[in-house]
Amino acid sequence: MASNGIKDRVAIVGMGCTPFGEHWDKGPEDLLVDAATETYRSAGIDPAQVDAYWLGTMASGFSGLMLSEALKIPYKPVTRLENMCATGSEAIRNAAYAVACGAYDLVMAIGVEKLKDSGYSGLVGANPPNDGTLSNMTAPATFSLLAPAYAKKYGVEEDTLKQVLARIAWKNHKNGAKNPKAQFRKEVPIETICKSPPVAGMLGIFDCSGVSDGSAAAILCRAEDAHRYAKHPIFIKALSFAAGPAEGYYSQDYDFTTFPEVVASSRDAYRQAGVKDPRAEISMAEVHDCFTPTELVLMEDMGFSPRGQAWRDVLDGRFDGEGPQPVNPDGGLKSFGHPIGASGLRMMYEMWLQLRGEAGPRQIAQPKLGLTHNLGGAPGRCVSFVSIVGAA
Amino acid sequence: MAGIVRYGSYVPYFRLSRAAMGAGKGERAVASYDEDSVSMAVEAARDAVRGDVAVDTVLFASTSPAYAEKLDTATIQAALDLPETVSSVELGGSSRMGLAALLLGLDLAAAGRRTLVCASDVIVGAPGGPRESQGGDGAVAFVTGNHREAIARMLGRASATLEILDVWRLPEERFPKQWEERFTADTMAPAITDTARRALRAAGVEASALATVILDGTNPRSMAGLPKALGLRPEQVADPLAATVGRTGVAHAGLLLARVLDRAKPGDRILVVCEADGADALVLEVTDAIEGMRPVRKVDRWIASKRNELAYNTYLKWRGILPFEPPRRPDPERPAAPPMRRHERWKLAFVGSRCLECQTGHLPPQRVCVKCGAVDRMRDERFADTSCRVATYTLDHLAYSLQPPVVAAFVDYEGGGRFSCELTDVEPARVAIGDHLEMTFRRLFTAQGVHNYFWKARPGR
Repeated sequence: MASNGIKDRVAIVGMGCTPFGEHWDKGPEDLLVDAATETYRSAGIDPAQVDAYWLGTMASGFSGLMLSEALKIPYKPVTRLENMCATGSEAIRNAAYAVACGAYDLVMAIGVEKLKDSGYSGLVGANPPNDGTLSNMTAPATFSLLAPAYAKKYGVEEDTLKQVLARIAWKNHKNGAKNPKAQFRKEVPIETICKSPPVAGMLGIFDCSGVSDGSAAAILCRAEDAHRYAKHPIFIKALSFAAGPAEGYYSQDYDFTTFPEVVASSRDAYRQAGVKDPRAEISMAEVHDCFTPTELVLMEDMGFSPRGQAWRDVLDGRFDGEGPQPVNPDGGLKSFGHPIGASGLRMMYEMWLQLRGEAGPRQIAQPKLGLTHNLGGAPGRCVSFVSIVGAA
Repeated sequence: MAGIVRYGSYVPYFRLSRAAMGAGKGERAVASYDEDSVSMAVEAARDAVRGDVAVDTVLFASTSPAYAEKLDTATIQAALDLPETVSSVELGGSSRMGLAALLLGLDLAAAGRRTLVCASDVIVGAPGGPRESQGGDGAVAFVTGNHREAIARMLGRASATLEILDVWRLPEERFPKQWEERFTADTMAPAITDTARRALRAAGVEASALATVILDGTNPRSMAGLPKALGLRPEQVADPLAATVGRTGVAHAGLLLARVLDRAKPGDRILVVCEADGADALVLEVTDAIEGMRPVRKVDRWIASKRNELAYNTYLKWRGILPFEPPRRPDPERPAAPPMRRHERWKLAFVGSRCLECQTGHLPPQRVCVKCGAVDRMRDERFADTSCRVATYTLDHLAYSLQPPVVAAFVDYEGGGRFSCELTDVEPARVAIGDHLEMTFRRLFTAQGVHNYFWKARPGR
């Protein structure tokens, strides 16, 4: 497999992110204008300088016109893309490759989603015309399958696992409480999390990420040009993506304690970045905590914890904001909600702040390498994105 | 000469106690929210055609067809994976049409056409009325064929057709009406007795020689005098299952017959009489072939397999009589005709595929093997009757359902193959990994006037 990578060839020189939440007074176009304006300003550039755009949105709009009309971009390439919950990260990845190959000098990756206008609970997917045999399982139901499978495989008592999952939610809300852009900015006691109304399987309301609106964006250029735009650019070390063959939906071998797509994409990313020991070398990570068991399993799939040990690391506080390897220091999907097209860029925004020492009360001491991880689909059938970025 | 070659029956899992309706003793069988006359007919017919029993014609009788216009027998044919070369006939308009369909099936068999006869009804009455409390839901199926292969041969038959205002309902109406019972009873009784006598005479059988007499009709009072008129002993008359199932409309005479066949001995002679708008009568003789040909799931087994704490308001909600607060989720979408047609054997017959190179099973069927990558090296495999187990499961409180929470599971099939599907007829708290399951044909939902049929898994019944 040739995944050659573009280590240190592309830099991010400006980023912006709207507050995430219930923007009753703003449509997706307004959120795009807000995020783009903040991002132009962050990079200190005039919109006319941007050569091309990548817009990620799952279902809040269609085609490049959604962005070009909102921002009045005059006759430039705008690509609209969708890759389920990893849509925002895909905007970054495709924009970065366009710069790396020399096709463009300065580009924008932007993501947006407006979920709160639907009036429904949870995420709602639109299917193409079909034969009526598609699964009726909701997202929390599919991810809830991880918990009992993990408990059984590693001999963890169900009560203990419940505590582990609650601690993940508690940690992410604790981090989010310090983030002015988060949807939920309150700490939540472990007892409240444990007692929340059931949604699916072992999962209560507090085991699920919220539903919100938001947008975030980045300006990218070749690494050698980075200092023309930013005093402290951040550099892309690795970009990896894996779409699975959905083996878990067909094969009886799959046991719901891992995402093979995440294992493949993180290994590829480590190879591109030259990371040998992710547990030691990755300073911090923004991962796809759509539901609490997802974050637990991700820690093992990405090599932050040995197999069967992540639950202990969670209880030991290894991934806490003040811990040795903070995970979701900005509060994660748990505190931000998950406006699909925006989440991947929101994760990168936290890397941007942390690597530049701008994360305020959440600042991690001298982070070297940061990782973002985005997942779309369900256990057994998903897409996974991993990026690694650094300040130098 | 013709006879019944095979048969199967179906009584749904749920019971509504008459106490819950304020309507006396006993309970009635209730089709679940995901069942209708067509899905129940399929469940009954699966036992009748198990082992690739060939049929040329499908007859379907119901007073509660799934569609007013669109052939329900086509759905039944597809779900049973019967060849598309079968001919189809549907009968309705009277609860007598179940036995009438069997008689017609026997006629076709005598003419050399093996026929699958299905009778199925979801009996709905106006809340508070006797039809609601005394009715029941269920289905029965028979395969008719040559007398040489029959498990029960037809010895004789007779019919009467009377124009009388007994039970009636306009096409656009939901609930039937019934005339005052005494009038019907007194008026109909002589014709019923005459029909039974003519059938016995045609069969050359004395009433006293009958092992069992099955009496079924819209009005029990109209049949009350028949045993005495024929000189029957009380033990000759079959239990009408009023206390445990209720009268299952067109299916009922056949369901009672199936129950009799479940325990009949070779040589037993059986009289079946069904009254509605006149009467049909049939005399059968059980043959030696019945041993070893009886279905696995007998009527009493269906009756014993039940859950009977259904709340009355839940029942009304299931039948669409009581409006209710929908979840904050989008309404289900209508399935589209071209993909349904393309995937017909998957959707309706539950036919997946198996890789010819590495034997990996695929549900739904795939062109490329998930294990070895071979392209277009698959054979069809029907998983509808393949035993399976819960690989893992969850209770989904968010998904749309008329019976939340949805029990969603990954199901592993014996011999390889996995599928993510919904469980039904299940107590959520009692599901466990490793549980044995069987597949069942259901109506998942109806959207924009289109019924969406597919398969679910249920704990073994």
